[in-house]
Amino acid sequence: MKLMWFHLMPYTELPEDFRAKHPSVWVDIHSSLFDPRRAHHMYNDFMDELEFAADCGFDAICVNEHHSNGYGLMPSPNLIAAALARRTTSVPLCVMGNSLALYNPPTRVAEEFAMLDVISGGRLIAGFPVGTPMDTCFAYGQNPSQLRERYHEAHDLVLRAWTEPDTFAFNGRFNQQRYVNIWPRPIQKPHPPIWIPGGGSVETWQWCAERDYVYCYLSYYGYKAGKATMDGFWAEMDRLGKDRNPYRAGFAQVVGVAETREQAIELYTRPAEYFFGRCLHVDPRFAAPPGYSTEATQRAGIESMVRRAANAQSLIAADKMKKATAKAITMEEIVERGYVVIGSPDEVVEQLTQLAQDLNVGHLMLLMQFGDMDKALTQYNTRLFAEKVMPRLQPLFADWEDRWWPRPMREEERAPLPAFPPRLAAE
Amino acid sequence: MSEPETATVDINGFQTRIWRKGSGPAIGFLAGFGGLPRWVPFLDRLAEKRTVIVPSLPGFPGGDRGHTVLDSHLDWLLAVRQLLVAAGLEGADLAGSSVGASFAAEMAALWPQSVRRLALIAPFGLFEESDPPTDPWAQRADVLPGLMTADPEIWKALKAPPEGANSVEWPIEQTRAAEAAARIFWPLGNTRLEKRLPLVKAPTLLLWGEKDAIMPRSYAKRIAERLGGLNETRIIQGAGHLAELDQPDEVARAILDWCA
Repeated sequence: MKLMWFHLMPYTELPEDFRAKHPSVWVDIHSSLFDPRRAHHMYNDFMDELEFAADCGFDAICVNEHHSNGYGLMPSPNLIAAALARRTTSVPLCVMGNSLALYNPPTRVAEEFAMLDVISGGRLIAGFPVGTPMDTCFAYGQNPSQLRERYHEAHDLVLRAWTEPDTFAFNGRFNQQRYVNIWPRPIQKPHPPIWIPGGGSVETWQWCAERDYVYCYLSYYGYKAGKATMDGFWAEMDRLGKDRNPYRAGFAQVVGVAETREQAIELYTRPAEYFFGRCLHVDPRFAAPPGYSTEATQRAGIESMVRRAANAQSLIAADKMKKATAKAITMEEIVERGYVVIGSPDEVVEQLTQLAQDLNVGHLMLLMQFGDMDKALTQYNTRLFAEKVMPRLQPLFADWEDRWWPRPMREEERAPLPAFPPRLAAE
Repeated sequence: MSEPETATVDINGFQTRIWRKGSGPAIGFLAGFGGLPRWVPFLDRLAEKRTVIVPSLPGFPGGDRGHTVLDSHLDWLLAVRQLLVAAGLEGADLAGSSVGASFAAEMAALWPQSVRRLALIAPFGLFEESDPPTDPWAQRADVLPGLMTADPEIWKALKAPPEGANSVEWPIEQTRAAEAAARIFWPLGNTRLEKRLPLVKAPTLLLWGEKDAIMPRSYAKRIAERLGGLNETRIIQGAGHLAELDQPDEVARAILDWCA
């Protein structure tokens, strides 16, 4: 299986009384909480951590897009990915991803992803999320009633921009462009692998199956909460006659590993409580703009009497937020509910093996920096995982081919990267 | 309270409900935010004196999924224009509330012959940065009723499923109404109606709930100053944004007097 290292880039210095004094970490979080000089260090630490994960041998490093968000400092993941492309040599770069409907024209996404693919020598995984309501409808003012139509049209435009050899006119419902002819074109042919982070909507599953895209369920609530969604996904694949290749799917998981379980609890309690308590403190009034969830999804949710998360971030499910708003969650509850996988290397191997097999997920996206975890602890977590856990998980699913992985240029064809500070220091 | 006659007309391929009740000269009513999932006392008051005709706006209760094919402001205005003609309201008096009032004003501006006298209850369509409307879409479910009507129980009763209603489709229909309003008015409610108000020559009654928690009262003055014809503003005591739901008798009387 593939073990991918995912950074959310949370602001790590939200105050202790954040939940009590501030209604939301997202959309209207107050600017007085943001210190750019502190954030300078955060960004540089976070990028060090991503590069460190690449050095440790993780299969890919992942970044994503959020707006007006105190737990995600990447309005433009492409900027981070560009920097990573120049600081790493062979690790795939998973941009998870660009919310297509937010770009006008969406051709911009085709161009920037093509740039990343070319600069990195064909290492890009192109993620196309619809985007959460907080990001798209509120922070970016997109119309919830048109968001999905615009998303699908933008997808079609980007795909044509990547693959049509000649300049063409795009006559869409929402986008009209007389001359589409992006320059540069991606290295990977016909285009970089496309992965779709989504919620539990059957339309998204069908679409991924039809287009042969990877479906990713990026919840922060762990595999117990994710099981119903992934079971639904595989049932739909069965119904559509698709094989159960685990590489059709991706899943996010918060993980903390240490020498012993006791030590892990001691090390990761504070960052986990910070993450689940402060970072996921979202005002429920931003959870469900009308039209964001399709009527089919609403219908399925009401009929099954199970409140399904209708978008990529199940954290906005109103019932969860109600609980979360009432009082900060404790480490005991976080562990008991399976939000985090935590323990000694043996325990983590066992839990993640069970997760991978239960959910049948070949792409595991690991959140190994979470909350206010500092660089030293993040690197400890990352290194220990790479040394003691990763080698025992990688053989899983060896019988299946990952048809959705980047196909970069051969190493000998790629541009040599200049050495960085060590060489200068030596001079 | 007796039930109205219900007819349907085809608007862009969607079956669209038209309610009709009473006798005498026709008066049309375009409902506000959330639409009308059921008949309300205010319409009975109008029907005591006039033939009240209530076409459902696309996507609002009774309007099927008509909003889904409307991508631009022009699309919306043409759909509402077709609807009024199909409902037999050409040249009649026209009243509207909230989002419906915005359309009523647009009709009078663009097709001056189509509206005799006009009544607008706290219309959408304007945005003033120093005094913005409340965002009706970014609200918790328990807060919204108190923003729509001065007495939150009135909105709750309007939206509660009647006995025998489909328990799955009813809530979807209510969400659809909020979506339809979003489709044209997201994110600020600003359709730049202000620019077209001078084209409204029909005599216009402006009504505003004293306790309107959505549309600032200051907008009444802005609108009145820009209307192109005779107009009058009246504040309805004890009423919220959807004043016709809070104070049906007083709002109906004001409109009937204005259109007499």
